[in-house]
Amino acid sequence: MSGKIFRARHAMGRTVRGPALVANDGFSARYDLDRINGIFSRPSHKLAGQSYVGKILVLDTAKGGVATAWMLHEMTSRGIVPLALVFNSVNPILAQGAALGDVPMLAGFDRDITAAIASGAEVEVNPEAGLLTVLG
Amino acid sequence: MKLNEEEQDILAGKSGPVPQQALQHQIKVGEFFGAEDLVPVTQAHLMADTESLGEAGVRWLEGLAATPDGQRRVRIPTITDPRGTDFAKADWLGQTSAMLDLERRAISAFEALGVAMTNTCINYQTIQAPTRNEHVAFGDTGVVIYSNSICGARSNFEGGPSALAAGLTGRTPRYGFHLPEMRRATLRIEVEFTPTSLNGWGALGGVIGRIAGNYWAVPVIEGIEGAPKSDQLKHFGASMASFGSIALFHLAGLTPEAGHLSDVAIPGLPSLRVTRADIDALQRSYHTDDGVDVVVFSAPQLSLYELSDLAELCEGRRFKVPLLAVTSPQVKPDADRMGYTARIEAAGGHVLSGMCFYQSYAREISEARGWKRLATNSAKLVNILGGYGYRPMLASMEACVDAAVSGKLERT
Repeated sequence: MSGKIFRARHAMGRTVRGPALVANDGFSARYDLDRINGIFSRPSHKLAGQSYVGKILVLDTAKGGVATAWMLHEMTSRGIVPLALVFNSVNPILAQGAALGDVPMLAGFDRDITAAIASGAEVEVNPEAGLLTVLG
Repeated sequence: MKLNEEEQDILAGKSGPVPQQALQHQIKVGEFFGAEDLVPVTQAHLMADTESLGEAGVRWLEGLAATPDGQRRVRIPTITDPRGTDFAKADWLGQTSAMLDLERRAISAFEALGVAMTNTCINYQTIQAPTRNEHVAFGDTGVVIYSNSICGARSNFEGGPSALAAGLTGRTPRYGFHLPEMRRATLRIEVEFTPTSLNGWGALGGVIGRIAGNYWAVPVIEGIEGAPKSDQLKHFGASMASFGSIALFHLAGLTPEAGHLSDVAIPGLPSLRVTRADIDALQRSYHTDDGVDVVVFSAPQLSLYELSDLAELCEGRRFKVPLLAVTSPQVKPDADRMGYTARIEAAGGHVLSGMCFYQSYAREISEARGWKRLATNSAKLVNILGGYGYRPMLASMEACVDAAVSGKLERT
């Protein structure tokens, strides 16, 4: 899968590289996370119990309320934050939160991005070019 | 994005650094979604509980508030969603002085920015409902879905930073539900059963939210009997927004944009059926225990009518487990004057004001008070609290009050 490139319709932020944490599930900082310890805490979430710190989260869509708009900024301030967000679709809250929290983000692909990337794969998020690249 | 002369001046810093920073944020978000320009808005509603803000968010606000007067105030009425506490009940909730200090600092910063501390998530019932086609920048998802769907106003979900930016610039990026073409239905839902209880309406909203599934989906719903009341639609919308991140729905023949199905739906739109069994199944899936540690009515805050109903149910009862009813600072004085607060408290209940349970350090409250098994009539609340370490259960207001008396939640 190395070298595979996916183009995103929406992009924001700086270029980063890191390990992907992938699930076909939603995302809300308030509903799904133990933000103190940096793990998915909602029992029904497919990543329950897993750490998101320093990971490039590859998920389906944004869920829930407006709190994520503040929370990404607060999580960034403590360094307990995903490295980047890659979603099939996002809502305004996630985009607003990524803008304030300086978290790179890609969204909107021609295929289901959660089925295209293997969890643990090394990937590059390049918002300027709007590209997600599998490095290995 | 196309900017007019005034907007170019703001961006150039001619109104000072605070509106400049706000507009930079709006351009970042607007460009992400492909907005062509900004649209003037008349009101902003701002979610900013300190649990979400944290120390970092409060410091950020204090930075804005430290700007000289004359360069930092909001340009349009800008009001707030619930705070992280009711100061009068904070000790009883087991909240710490650090939480309250953070809350006080946030309030000072907001006041310096000219924000009105209304602390309500039912502003469409208590402050001023928006009108059809009015462009607004509202926070709390329950407020947005009600304003869009029932009032016919135009808003996206505006998180705290973006709602504040809209207050400071008087505009917001024109994308999403500000555009008429984005407000058309993307799926049809045929409802075979019209609930009467608030928890039933919430459960129906949850079922539809799960089906619709993401922010850009707009369900048009057929088959609702009669004319639903504001409190019923409040629970319906808040739950749909919570379960599915939905910001707009139409009720065929009822809501302003959907006088006829064809006004919002193209022929051949996919259609799904929702039955009473679906609604019951969602409620039953949360009923994981018979015992109850606490009963909470919140999310959204209770209207005067809900408090009146609750006061009636509390008559002659004595609670074994704590019962909390959370309302807005606009409703609370009326509930006091009408004697509803006294009747709820005579049974051992607590009426709280200006907060909302899940926005008020729910995890820390659970640990401080030993509350895990929580009964509520709010579908939105049961959807949220699982992630906070609770076992939330959904039942009618009547069954919840019975549970406060007996410590047991009857199975239905």
